[in-house]
Amino acid sequence: MTASFIAISYLVCAVLFILALRGLSSPESAVQGNRLGILGMTLAIMTTLCLPQVASYGLIVAALFAGGVVGALIAKLIRMTALPQLVAGFHSLVGLAAVLVAGAAFFEPEAFGLVHEGRISYGSLIEISLGVAIGAITFTGSIIAFGKLQGLISGSPLVFKFQHHVNLLLGALSLVIVVVLVFNPSPALFWGLVFLTGLLGFLLILPIGGADMPVVISMLNSYSGWAAAATGFTLENPLLIVTGALVGSSGAILSYIMCKGMNRSIINVILGGFGGEQSAGASKAHGDKPVKAGSAEDAAFIMKNASSVIIVPGYGMAVAQAQHALREMSDILKKHGVQVRYAIHPVAGRMPGHMNVLLAEANVPYDEVLELDEINRDFSSTDVAFVIGANDVTNPAAKTDPLSPIYGMPILDVEKAKTVLFIKRSMAAGYAGVDNELFFRSNTMMLFGDAKKMCEDIIKALENA
Amino acid sequence: MDTTSFAASLAAIAATQEDISRQLSKLAEQTQDLAPQTISMASGGFFITGLTIFVLACFVGYYVVWRVTPALHSPLMAVTNAISSVIIVGALVAAGLKTLCFASWLGLVAVFLASINIFGGFIVTARMLHMYKKKAK
Repeated sequence: MTASFIAISYLVCAVLFILALRGLSSPESAVQGNRLGILGMTLAIMTTLCLPQVASYGLIVAALFAGGVVGALIAKLIRMTALPQLVAGFHSLVGLAAVLVAGAAFFEPEAFGLVHEGRISYGSLIEISLGVAIGAITFTGSIIAFGKLQGLISGSPLVFKFQHHVNLLLGALSLVIVVVLVFNPSPALFWGLVFLTGLLGFLLILPIGGADMPVVISMLNSYSGWAAAATGFTLENPLLIVTGALVGSSGAILSYIMCKGMNRSIINVILGGFGGEQSAGASKAHGDKPVKAGSAEDAAFIMKNASSVIIVPGYGMAVAQAQHALREMSDILKKHGVQVRYAIHPVAGRMPGHMNVLLAEANVPYDEVLELDEINRDFSSTDVAFVIGANDVTNPAAKTDPLSPIYGMPILDVEKAKTVLFIKRSMAAGYAGVDNELFFRSNTMMLFGDAKKMCEDIIKALENA
Repeated sequence: MDTTSFAASLAAIAATQEDISRQLSKLAEQTQDLAPQTISMASGGFFITGLTIFVLACFVGYYVVWRVTPALHSPLMAVTNAISSVIIVGALVAAGLKTLCFASWLGLVAVFLASINIFGGFIVTARMLHMYKKKAK
C-alpha cells in the first residue's frame, strides 16, 4: 500500500516537472510553471523522507537547510550578467551530487536494495559506473566552463598536441576500468574511475573557446540530466529517470539550436580549437581600406531622423553592461516617434537566451525583442541597424565567401538597412578571427568606443538637440 | 515369519522414505537454483521498464522543449538545472540510513549540494521570469 502510494506520489512529481517546462512556452505562463516545478520538488523530497529506509532526520534537515541558505543567497545576490557562469557552476554541483549518490550506492548497496546473492548485481554496477562517469565529466567540465566564463581561465581555446589521442586513451582506459569493476568491485577501482572520467571532463572542455560556450553550457545541461537518469536506473526510481530524460533532451535540443546558429556540427564544437590561429592573418587583409568613423552626435542625428531602428546586441553589450543605457536611448528615440526593435541572433552572448534576459533586466518589453527568423526580412525596410557588441553574427561573408570559417552560418542581414551604425572598441576581428567587410561599406558608420559610454553620449546628444 | 516380513516391509518403507527425502532435498536444491534466476529476471525486468519510461520521457521532453520560446532559453536552463537536482531523492536515502557510515556522509554532502541547486535554481529562475514584461500600453 505504502509502496504504491510512494510510486503515485513520484508520478505526480514527474507530471509537475513536465508542466513546469511546458509553462515556459510563453512568458505569461512561465511564472506559474516555475511554481509547479517547486511544488514537484517539494513533493519529491517529502515523499522520499517518508520511505521506510530513511530512519534519521537530524543531519538531513541540517544539510537541506545549509544548502538552501547558500543556494538562496547565491541566487539573490548574483548579477544578471554573471548568469552564464552561475548556471555552469550549478551544473557542476549536479554532476558532483550524481557521483556521490553513485558512491553511496556502491559502498552501501543493501540500503538501495542492490544486493542479490551476496553481491551487487552486474547490471547495477554498470549503471553505477555510468552514473559516475557522466557525473564526473559534468562536474569537472562545468568547473572549466565556469572558469572560462568568469575569466579565471583564458577564454581562448587551449590546444596541445595529441589532445584528442589523450582523450581517446582516457576514455578507453575508463571503459577497461568499468569492465574490471563489474566483475571485481573494489573501492580503488571506483575512485580510479571517478578520477579518470573527471580528468576527461576537464580535458574535453579546456580546448573549447569562449564564444562556443552557449553550446558547451547546453551540452553540460544535457549531461547533468543524463547523470540523473543513470542514477534513476541504479536506484530503480522512475521519477529520476523521467526527470533526467526531460533535462537531458532539453539540453540536447538547446545544443542543437546553438550549433545550427553557428552552422557547425556538435562534433566540430566538441573537438574545439575554433577561432584561435586565424585571427592574426585575417585581420590584415583589409588593412588600408577606408572606414567611415562617426561621433555620438552623428549617430544621434541619424537615428532621430529615422522612422525605424533595429538594435542588434551581442556579447559586447553584456561585457560593457550597456543594456540600461541602451534602453534609455531607445526610450528617447521612441518619444521622437521612431519605431525601435531588437534583433537577437541565437548564439549572441554566452548562453542560450542570454541577450533576452539582459534586455528584460533593463525593462525592455519582450514583445520588442525578436528572433532572427522573425525580423530578418525587416532589415531591408528599416532606416538604421544599430549593432552593439555583435560582430560575426552580422558578417555578410557567411553568405558570400565559401572560404570563410563562418560560411553558411545564418546571419542578421544588417547590411540591408539604409544605414548601419556599428559600435566597436577597435577594428579587431571577431571571435571567429574573420574580418567583417561590413565595416568598409559606404552605408556603414563606425562608432569607436565603449558600448555603454557611446550609448550615454548618444543619449546626451539626443537630449541636447 | 510375521516378524521377518514385518521387518522387511519396515525396511522397504525406510528405503522409500530415504528416497523421498533425497528427492525432496534435490527439489529444494533446484528451487534454490531457480530463485536467483527469478531475481535476476526481475531486475532485468526493471531495466526494461526503466528503459521504456526513459525513452517515452525523452519524447515528452523533445516535444515540450521545442515549444519553449527562444526568449526563455536562459530560464529554461536554470529551471532544468533545478529539477535535475531531483537526484536528491537518492542522496536522501543514503543520508537517512539508521547507522551513520561512509555512504551516509556521501549522501549528506550530496543532499547539501543538491539543495544549493534546488533553491538557487528555482529562485534565479523566478528572478529572471519576474523581469520579462510586456509593453505597457
